[in-house]
Amino acid sequence: MYLGEISGLKIGQATRDAFGDALKDLGDKHPEIVTVDGDVGNSTRTEVFAKAFPERGFNVGIAESNMVSVAGGLASTGHIPVVASFAAFLLCNAYDQIRMSIAFPGMNVKMVGTHAGISIGEDGPSQMGIEDVSLACSLPGVVVMVTADAVSTKAATAAMVEHNGPVYLRLGRPNVAEIYSEGDTFEIGKANTIREGDDVTIIANGLMVAGAVDAATKLAEEGISARVIDMHTVKPIDVDAIQKAARETGAIVVAEEHLAHGGLGSAVSMVVSQSTPVPMAYVNVGDCFAESGDPQGLLDKYGLTADAIVEAVKKVK
Amino acid sequence: MAAQANALSIEELKEKGKVLRRLIIRMTTEAGSGHPSSSLSAVEVVNALWFGGFMKYDPQNPTWDARDRFILSKGHAVPVLYAAMAEAGYFSTDDVMTLRKLGSPFEGHPNMKRLPGIEASTGSLGQGLSLGIGQALGARLNQNGSNVFVVIGDGEMGEGQVWEALAAAEKYKLGNLTAIIDQNTYQQTGATKDVLDLGSFEEKIAAFGWHTQTIDGNCQKSVVEALEVASKVTDRPKAIISKTKKGFGILPVLEETGDLNYHGKPLSPELAEKALAFIA
Repeated sequence: MYLGEISGLKIGQATRDAFGDALKDLGDKHPEIVTVDGDVGNSTRTEVFAKAFPERGFNVGIAESNMVSVAGGLASTGHIPVVASFAAFLLCNAYDQIRMSIAFPGMNVKMVGTHAGISIGEDGPSQMGIEDVSLACSLPGVVVMVTADAVSTKAATAAMVEHNGPVYLRLGRPNVAEIYSEGDTFEIGKANTIREGDDVTIIANGLMVAGAVDAATKLAEEGISARVIDMHTVKPIDVDAIQKAARETGAIVVAEEHLAHGGLGSAVSMVVSQSTPVPMAYVNVGDCFAESGDPQGLLDKYGLTADAIVEAVKKVK
Repeated sequence: MAAQANALSIEELKEKGKVLRRLIIRMTTEAGSGHPSSSLSAVEVVNALWFGGFMKYDPQNPTWDARDRFILSKGHAVPVLYAAMAEAGYFSTDDVMTLRKLGSPFEGHPNMKRLPGIEASTGSLGQGLSLGIGQALGARLNQNGSNVFVVIGDGEMGEGQVWEALAAAEKYKLGNLTAIIDQNTYQQTGATKDVLDLGSFEEKIAAFGWHTQTIDGNCQKSVVEALEVASKVTDRPKAIISKTKKGFGILPVLEETGDLNYHGKPLSPELAEKALAFIA
């Protein structure tokens, strides 16, 4: 059982693997790209780039604060640093460095947090970046993206390199369902509608997009037509897509592999409450640190499932 | 077009140092806040870098690719940098009198977004050396011969990130990076040896594999000589431990107040008059 199975989606690459491959492919076209690592390049997959372009890959050791500020310095000399670590260590360990060395001066640095969410599994709560989106969204001028699958991650990697300014891209550890096909459009700040529907809208990102597709499949059997939106960019959020969904479907459920506060749910709520109030419900990790366990068991225990989304839909419909 | 600034002689630098000190006092007293004493300790170092022929820069073209970079990691001492940049021609000395006022780009700590020529936004201590590593690595990739100079406070050395950076700079053998520790022996709440005594900076930094020198950082000649020595070392990063006095240049005036640290407060207009008279 995995998210997407009910809908017959195929399991594809992990988003971190897609990122590593995409970054290497971008290396020739963008000689300004450099990577800055805190000795987890083989996990974040920046190693794939660094092996192809050894003079442009810097591993500064287990020192996230220094890592982030070095990236800021490299950006100020015209390079495009991609600085990557586990989401928990990048955002939480080096938050002040991200704030002062990257966000405040508006440095053109691409921050990539991998192993985000509880689906990292057995390594446990110290390794789970489940507050990273909230932290990143609170920084002025930072674009925040959470991708759902390999194809969109490759597109997001290219888009963030093309974007001039700081970006945070959140990636996961496990292999995930394939949502997109090659050639599908991807634009920063523009949500993608994965399924059309009239009765309710499920807005999701990351691996919960596959969960939302499963939920829509289940709901269809009960005669409820659910729209599924992949809100891959949390900031700037796609206001038009949210308002349209509220107007046309009259109810919204937000599903994310993140804490209850400060993530996608909060961002969508701000739009809805100010312009198009409709009933809303939320599927997320809640307000707690999780625990060690196998990824599927954790998703079940913390309610990040298609069934949980179906239940949430029934609260608002 | 741009080139090494004309190197002033030691005697000329001493006169320039008086100009910088007067500006520091005038702008902080006018602002009614700021860190004049932390700025004054670093005058000889900043003076030598900007006017002693050690940095390439062009005030008419502040984003010139091959310029050298100056990072004030102890960002609260920014009046000394504004004073030097005004003297160098980036803006007028009248402009800097808007220090810390609403709407002015001369903010309480350096903000590179608002003021061309500022190379790093600092003010959260401990990040300047890491930023300098990034710039030194970037300069190496750009092959433009650009050098990076970072001024760090001795209290600031309590930040763990500085020690992360010391190790990383050595790993990459950054011969285009020079760190100057402004060891004025005081930090916010008192003497640095009482707050967190880190022992000998020279021994510790040398142990990281850096080229090190310890000098009297308020002696203009010593500073110039140390920078000359450092400029000839190109195979590894260089540190100058610059032993200074907080408030140097107006110490007898500060002594009257009974506060040798004098951290984070401007001189009153009366005290400023005395200080300006003393410098003259």
